[in-house]
Amino acid sequence: MAELADLKTLATQVRRDIVRMVHGCQSGHPGGSLGCVEFMVALYGKVMHYDAANFDMDGKNEDLFFLSNGHISPVWYSVLARNGFFPVSELSTFRKLNTRLQGHPTTHEGLPGVRVASGSLGQGLSVALGAAQAKKLNNDKSIVFSLHGDGELQEGQIWEAAMYGAAHKVDNIISTVDVNGQQIDGSTEQVLPMGNLRAKFEAFGWEVLDMNGNDMNEVVNTLLKAKTMTGKGKPILILMNTIMGNGVDFMMHTHKWHGIAPNDEQLQKALEQLQETSDY
Amino acid sequence: METLSEPNTINKAAMKTYSFTEKKDTRSGFGAGLLELGRTNPDVVALCADLTGSLKMDAFAKEFPDRFFQTGIAEANMIGMAAGMTIGGKIPFTGTFANFATGRVYDQIRQSVAYSGKNVKICASHAGLTLGEDGATHQILEDIGMMRMLPHMTVICPSDYNQTKAATLAIARHHGPVYLRFGRPSWPVFTDPNEEFIIGKAQVMTEGSDVTIIATGHLVWKALQAAEMLSGNGITVEVINMATIKPFDGSTVLKSVMKTRCVVTAEEHQQNGGLGDAVAQFLANNFPSPIEMVAVNDSFGESGTPDQLLIKYGLDAPDIMQKAKKVLDRKTSQR
Ligand SMILES: Cc1ncc(C[n+]2csc(CCOP(=O)(O)OP(=O)(O)O)c2C)c(N)n1
Ligand SMILES: [Mg+2]
Repeated sequence: MAELADLKTLATQVRRDIVRMVHGCQSGHPGGSLGCVEFMVALYGKVMHYDAANFDMDGKNEDLFFLSNGHISPVWYSVLARNGFFPVSELSTFRKLNTRLQGHPTTHEGLPGVRVASGSLGQGLSVALGAAQAKKLNNDKSIVFSLHGDGELQEGQIWEAAMYGAAHKVDNIISTVDVNGQQIDGSTEQVLPMGNLRAKFEAFGWEVLDMNGNDMNEVVNTLLKAKTMTGKGKPILILMNTIMGNGVDFMMHTHKWHGIAPNDEQLQKALEQLQETSDY
Repeated sequence: METLSEPNTINKAAMKTYSFTEKKDTRSGFGAGLLELGRTNPDVVALCADLTGSLKMDAFAKEFPDRFFQTGIAEANMIGMAAGMTIGGKIPFTGTFANFATGRVYDQIRQSVAYSGKNVKICASHAGLTLGEDGATHQILEDIGMMRMLPHMTVICPSDYNQTKAATLAIARHHGPVYLRFGRPSWPVFTDPNEEFIIGKAQVMTEGSDVTIIATGHLVWKALQAAEMLSGNGITVEVINMATIKPFDGSTVLKSVMKTRCVVTAEEHQQNGGLGDAVAQFLANNFPSPIEMVAVNDSFGESGTPDQLLIKYGLDAPDIMQKAKKVLDRKTSQR
């Protein structure tokens, strides 16, 4: 399994992939993607058990991951490719005609690693809970992971699912929320303040952890700790504090880079800040 | 034994007639089918959003508590969970009223089920006007349209208890998303209980050469009544039971309409988007022919008994008969 230094190196590579993918098609969502790099790299590099070379839809006896905030597809695609699900060279097809790397993730084009379409926000927690229930029926001890945006929590279906997960003791799920405090129209505080998320999820009956999502060491340790907390009658939620746009100074701390692409000059500036790895 | 209509003599021998000895609700056909699936297919699981009794899922829930998932009044979550449960090989059947099974969760069905190609069976009761007194909030008349617009969605609307049970068994054998539409009222049981349901195959109920009536769901019975009345006037009618609306059985329709050269469609649904639309589209592309539609015409329903509502909204056997006469006139004047 990867060492911390390797994970950090890979994280830089993934950030380079993200800005280049988004630049390559002049569209996509760099902000949220850059903020979730450590999480995604740690999950696939150190936390989940899976068989990238033999991807199959049912994923029996493997850990599963669902990306509910499908707009941050660049970070997921990069991490999937860098972990052997498909060739790294395919990243350059992102969002281009006939690609398997659709703007938002889909099973439709048969991209290994993806088990449900996402993009319309708010649906992934339900899907992950269903997959977790199926694992229980199959006596499969592996774990289901999911990732959500903080703005995404404004969708009602999330809270339907949260209520269900606790009521039915779905304790083989670890869901993470990317608390970057940003969404499209502004900060979450400006758009629709969500109050105390920890208190809300605890009141719904979830076990809640938090972590600094841009500290690789903390991310790895918290995810591993969360795994030890499964199987105890409660679903697990991680509030992951991140900085939107993390790693590229002019993209950080603002909702403005939620969904726009850098121009040539901005790409060069970004890549200068993200050094020391190879390109795809 | 009840008979179809006023006795008639003329030409009756030429056309097959149907009778029934009992009335049952189609939702109970679903419940019976689901229970049988529980006993025969361990991968079948069921989810319900607080309507277990109304959907007749209680027998399954009682016998297979580990495979029954009560989601509470949270239809969006139910659909999403069902999609997730297919990952790992389960065959989820979701149950709620047709309104909440489609319109309320269209986006969830679209993304998590249809686009994702998930093997989810969306089972919907209380469709159409015949749920009766609950009124328009519950009387969805747009669901067939919404569901048949979704790429690769199979849409099935069986005509009676037996056929609903058979269809329930059949959709478990079929891999892919399915919308199964049935209803609340007690309705004549007239199809063969031993007949296997073949998805995508329409049934020619009566053979005739003057006019084709293509009906779905409860209105198949009304179409048979209309056909018998028409045969009393010397008109022979080919009644087609279009239980599968999508995929569309074009060959059965084409064979019939090439013979009769005119069509009436009948459904408990809006004209927009329903069976009539599907038939019209098919014929326009393949064999343009006069067509009249028995369907709700751009309005909501209201409270009343099922019988009253079918009469008020023009979906009863005499309405089908009138449209048949009208389309026959159009055919004749075209010549
Ligand atoms: C149901 C739905 N409504 C609206 C959108 C449009 N949309 C895409 S991303 C986004 C903001 C999401 O905010 P958040 O979950 O915090 O993600 P972040 O911007 O932090 O990446 C919105 C409104 C959508 N994709 N789905
Ligand atoms: Mg956010």
